[in-house]
Amino acid sequence: MGELLDAFQLGVRAMFAYQAVFFALLAIGLNLHFGYTGLLNFGQIAFAMVGGYGIAISVAQWDLPFWVGVVVGLGAAVILALLLGLPTLRLRADYLAIVTIASAEALRLLFRSVGSSEITGSTSGLFDYNSSFFSLCPWSVSGRFDILGTRWRGSELWVITIGWSIVLLACLLVWALMRSPWGRVLRAVREDEDAARALGKNVYAFKMQSLVLGGVFGALGGMIYAVGTGSQNPDQYQNANTFLAYGALILGGAARVLGPVIGAMLLWFIIAFSDSALAALVSGDNSFFGLFEWGDLLSTTDIAYIRFIIIGLGLMLLMIFRPQGILGDRREVMLDAR
Amino acid sequence: MTHAPERVRREDPRRTPSPSSGRAGTPGHRSSAGRRTLLRLLLVTFFGLAIAALTPGVASAVGEQVRGTLTTGATGPIAGVTITVETADGQEVGEGETDERGRFSVPVPGPGEYVVTLDTDSLPENVTVGSAGDTRTVTVEPNGREPVNFGLSDGQRGSGSDRILAVQLFVDGLRFGLLIAISAVGLSLIFGTTGLTNFAHGELVTIGAIVAFYLNVDADIPLLAAAVIAVVIGGLVGALNELALWRPLRRRGTGLVAALVVSIGLSLAVRYVIQTVYGGRSNPYLDYQSQRARDYGTFALTDRDLASIVISLVVLLAVALMLQRSRIGKAMRAVADNRDLAASSGIDVNRVILVVWVMGGALAALGGVLLGLSDQVQWDMGFRLLLLMFAGVTLGGLGTAYGALVGSVIVGVFVQMSTLVIRDDMKYVGGLLLLILILVVRPQGILGSRARIG
Repeated sequence: MGELLDAFQLGVRAMFAYQAVFFALLAIGLNLHFGYTGLLNFGQIAFAMVGGYGIAISVAQWDLPFWVGVVVGLGAAVILALLLGLPTLRLRADYLAIVTIASAEALRLLFRSVGSSEITGSTSGLFDYNSSFFSLCPWSVSGRFDILGTRWRGSELWVITIGWSIVLLACLLVWALMRSPWGRVLRAVREDEDAARALGKNVYAFKMQSLVLGGVFGALGGMIYAVGTGSQNPDQYQNANTFLAYGALILGGAARVLGPVIGAMLLWFIIAFSDSALAALVSGDNSFFGLFEWGDLLSTTDIAYIRFIIIGLGLMLLMIFRPQGILGDRREVMLDAR
Repeated sequence: MTHAPERVRREDPRRTPSPSSGRAGTPGHRSSAGRRTLLRLLLVTFFGLAIAALTPGVASAVGEQVRGTLTTGATGPIAGVTITVETADGQEVGEGETDERGRFSVPVPGPGEYVVTLDTDSLPENVTVGSAGDTRTVTVEPNGREPVNFGLSDGQRGSGSDRILAVQLFVDGLRFGLLIAISAVGLSLIFGTTGLTNFAHGELVTIGAIVAFYLNVDADIPLLAAAVIAVVIGGLVGALNELALWRPLRRRGTGLVAALVVSIGLSLAVRYVIQTVYGGRSNPYLDYQSQRARDYGTFALTDRDLASIVISLVVLLAVALMLQRSRIGKAMRAVADNRDLAASSGIDVNRVILVVWVMGGALAALGGVLLGLSDQVQWDMGFRLLLLMFAGVTLGGLGTAYGALVGSVIVGVFVQMSTLVIRDDMKYVGGLLLLILILVVRPQGILGSRARIG
């Protein structure tokens, strides 16, 4: 029982950690793409990667100031969105899906190739790029703080303070945009592209704007992740993460302003809780109703993969039985290919 | 994209006028279908867990050992080399000799760290161990069969032949492209007949390779027989996909986008179940590993690569013949072309789709075995191949069987030949860039029709 309580506490802590911010921002971007516009972007992690590496490469490799790195990352995300959108947004939805998933994988392979090690550091990664970010912190970065029974380092608190502020601003922006005529056109594009076109709207331009804006949110997420981890490695951006973000979005509710945020927090609670509960289960002498020992079935390294299995199955079941998630409206998520 | 008939199809592709969708629409029917789907999903999950629980049990009957194969291109497999295994503190625990296939395996008393030493005196002349020396330190996991690689060199690398690199890469690319084609025919036909972009198709490839691996390595069944069993199991898994998941979903009227996300969830779950069961390392099959490349003038090819090309060609030819001549093949093309017209002319559409899934699963499994033969078996091999399959299928024209064939071969050759100008570890990037380029220039692909791209 004590182990379960500990696992629960770790789960609650993970709801607020920078990983949750990362996925909340990824999912807010996907919400704009998938929830509001009906675009199938399966390469959201690539936007995060150019965002995170924008900072890391600018600061660690080119000795530029931190804020220039942020601008570089955002600029790279805009360019990536334009490159992805140009050939595909006129075609059916699954073409964008194929191209985005392929480019995310291609970019990761490119960044980890030995040939690009002079710029990206290849698989050994990049470090030492976030000191000027932490120098802005008003409290001691190395201090330890106890908040409601959870322990945080000063640096972590600074990252998540900035992170959740960005999430809040992003949510306000999405809320305001979706009340505006622009947001109503996006929804019209999602519901019936031809009707929107018949009313004189340039559907292609609206889709492209949505892709760019959502990609920028993804890049901001990547930046929070980059300053949170303090090191950059291409393999941190496996494209399974895109699907984790989709899991968060659909769990919380697509086409709702707070859906992706609540989804990301819940997702990290589930991940952290199941990780530590499974770890406790595997390390002790626990058996499955006397049939077999959990420790024989799973090793401690397997636990990290279980989260992807849970998310994969969860994504399937949610999409089949409750596509609107917790907050959503079923009528708004009955999309079809376009 | 402004034609009225096309709009109807896009809103509810291929289903709108069919009488069955009307029946599925009544609320009572839908909820009972939902319960059935849930039950089936639970069954599938349970089946997956059962496999996860059983497989380590199979392996534990063997006990821990270290093993490996000694071979070089010039000498072939090397027999009679003495291998000594000591614990980390120098205590000898076992000794073994390589057999006529160059293989050795030395049982060790339990998991832990061991030092494996090769007796260099027993090696043939001209054969030397690599720069890392004649000892290897390995960590054996519980029930693990730890592979040891000594990296032997025969001092002949790159000498005395009139091979041309471009021709060599072209032949390699042809083999790789045919392999992609075998795996991708099913992907394309499934898209053509049901409209589903199946992101879980790569996992069918991995399943084929891994089933053959367990049969070949753990159960000591010859690879040829193991491959046949793997293909049969691949077909069964394809049928299970259709019967347990996609047919009920079609009956519920699930949209194509929702189905696509479901296939991604399935891919993710299956991929990581495979990683949990199989582990993260790449392992070779036992058979056909010690072949030396045969010289064909301007290029060299091992017998297994030649066999891979021949098998792919024969199978693809058979598939083409079947599509062109047989009743079911014609029915497949009819359903892919216009599902409602096919249904109203008396074709049992659901049966045709089931056959497509069985065929797709079996072919993907065969592709997986061939890929495992050339590139070793890995948990995410299918997923990585999937992106190239998409490239091939899109290039040829999404939804057409012959398009998948032509496109895949072009992608395979392009990926291999691109290493002439770019680094080897970036060759997949080239293939994926090709995909994006195609979409700019000719989105419907080489053999695709304009109407399909929306």
